[in-house]
Amino acid sequence: MSILIDQDTGVVIQGITGGEGAFHTRQMKEYGTKIVAGVTPGKGGQKFDDVPIFNTVREAVENTKANTSGIFVPPAFAADAIMEAVDAGLEIIVCLTEGIPTLDMIAVKQFMKGSNSKLIGPNTPGIISPGKCKVGVMAGYIHTPGRVGVISRSGTLTYEVVDQLTKLSIGQSSCVGIGGDPVIGMTFVETLNLFEKDKDTDIVVIIGEIGGHAEEEAADFFRKNMSKPVVAFIAGVTAPPGRRMGHAGAIVTGGQGGAREKIDILEKAGITVVKNPSEIGETVARVLAVRKSAYRL
Amino acid sequence: MKIHEYQAKALLQSYGIPIPRGYIAKTPEDTLKAAQTIKKGPFVVKAQVHTGGRGKVGGISIVESPIQAEAFAEEILGAKLVTEQSGPEGKPVHTLLIEEALLSKMEIYLGIVIDRAKGCPVILASAQGGMEIEEVVKEHPDMVITETVHPSVGLRPFQLNRICYGIHLDPKLMKKMTAVIHNLYRLFLDKDCSLAEINPLAVKNDGEIVAVDAKLNFDDNALFRHPEIAALRDLSQENPLEIEASRYNLNYIKLSGNVGCMVNGAGLAMATMDLIKLSGAEPANFLDVGGGATTEMVREGFKLLISDKEVKVIFINIFGGILRCDILAKGVVEAASELNVTLPVVIRLEGTNVTEGRKILTESGLQFAVASSLGDAAAKVTLALRDSFKL
Repeated sequence: MSILIDQDTGVVIQGITGGEGAFHTRQMKEYGTKIVAGVTPGKGGQKFDDVPIFNTVREAVENTKANTSGIFVPPAFAADAIMEAVDAGLEIIVCLTEGIPTLDMIAVKQFMKGSNSKLIGPNTPGIISPGKCKVGVMAGYIHTPGRVGVISRSGTLTYEVVDQLTKLSIGQSSCVGIGGDPVIGMTFVETLNLFEKDKDTDIVVIIGEIGGHAEEEAADFFRKNMSKPVVAFIAGVTAPPGRRMGHAGAIVTGGQGGAREKIDILEKAGITVVKNPSEIGETVARVLAVRKSAYRL
Repeated sequence: MKIHEYQAKALLQSYGIPIPRGYIAKTPEDTLKAAQTIKKGPFVVKAQVHTGGRGKVGGISIVESPIQAEAFAEEILGAKLVTEQSGPEGKPVHTLLIEEALLSKMEIYLGIVIDRAKGCPVILASAQGGMEIEEVVKEHPDMVITETVHPSVGLRPFQLNRICYGIHLDPKLMKKMTAVIHNLYRLFLDKDCSLAEINPLAVKNDGEIVAVDAKLNFDDNALFRHPEIAALRDLSQENPLEIEASRYNLNYIKLSGNVGCMVNGAGLAMATMDLIKLSGAEPANFLDVGGGATTEMVREGFKLLISDKEVKVIFINIFGGILRCDILAKGVVEAASELNVTLPVVIRLEGTNVTEGRKILTESGLQFAVASSLGDAAAKVTLALRDSFKL
């Protein structure tokens, strides 16, 4: 199994005829993702390769088996695109767009209250369940099917971690980029919860970074609710203070947000924290080996 | 994006929040004239710089006469202010704000930020105005009132009450105070602020409430819909290399080490800096050329790195993924030969066609150390750094 997306997922691409949307639609199809529809207002009735294009998401949902959306819409219109997908009842919405204004995302979060949709992102490489489906911009070939869940706030750093795992022949069940923006859809906690329940995931890797307090919440959730081991890496120990995360976030969260504080809190909760980014794969292998030998005893 | 105090105050005023009477000046003569126009001293002369902590390093002066204001201007205009927050290179002073000095009986802190976890704006208020809010939070957490605003419903009267009673405001002043909070919140939403802060918000002896200092930061992602705010950007307050970088959509932050690094993606860039530090070296910068780096961006990145004289070794770490490494490698070779790069360069490339990419690098005739993994790259960087000191 996997979480969020699999071989049965039907995807509608919002912004399918744009440069990014077109390129990545072909990449996803090549990987095996079932792209069932595209949406570009004004181009309804046309086709993108063999994919039917609709003017609205609602039409796409009514006429195809779409249950998931991939959004490649420019930042000024992306918040509206997410709301349209929510309104059309899509279960999973992956917003790849980078640069959406924070206040727009605040409106999106309000709009989503009470709906059953799950939002991944924005500003994410997307999500992949190796060998089954990818809704995102990551390179498929670096992944391999397996039993490690990956959750990350970053893009290329996730590729790095997956690459290390794959080179050690450690496969992944699903890799979820939750996005690097201040206000996002699914958090570490919600994603950890899905991996904890997934019977085909044995261990989870979380890749965090400075700013906010999502990692602290993940630590708390792990301590209270998780039986599976978690390995974490936090980027930004050397980042100069105040440059990426202003004082603002730190005030509301009572001084949290620095890499060292995060590492400390994660370790105290019992999560294995890797300090050296080149050793994340090895660490996962080690934790898995310890687990296996413990089972044998 | 940051703006100056005087620009922030003009915005506050346009939203109906009272500010002290004042003028800006770019020369000592204009400073003199400004003080003469205000007439009655004492005057406050404040250096306009994009950094906090200026009061502690002589960036603000309270003077009795216009002549003294002029003398202070002579001294500080054109100088650089190095504060706790400015970085070692400091910020140049080109503009002064000259204001009437106010006598106040109470100083309030009032700020609005976004609570990332809740996805809502939050209002912060404290009776300990004038102090850095971080210190108040640390020392007297009970003295900071926080009110989370429901994004669709907006600020409610009960919340305004809680703020006013929480800071023990004279009940007679509540109407004035709630107007200030409302107006600041309106400004925050209208202009896509990431931070709106009035510190201190002074209650004058006569009961007037006035914004004595103001700081507004804006969401860069929303500037496209606020050209009037984007026009307030002051490039003199930014690092020249960082300005150059932003022109090409590169995210560059100058640091103090000697390993210049160029990475695609912010997370990997931070992890690369951490790796350099763990290997005993110091990163010279943070440079993110974007998740989907192009050869043009790599060339511009190269230019930035070699224009930093501190850099002894260059480390390029590109995880291309879908990007084709052979094309990227050609770009790196072209840029390096075109720019005549003589520094040692360690390159780690991953992505489609990585074998061809590495071959192009090794066969280029240029002195590239091609690394096969992150760990290998760290070792090669340390080695190159050691060799560069031997020479």
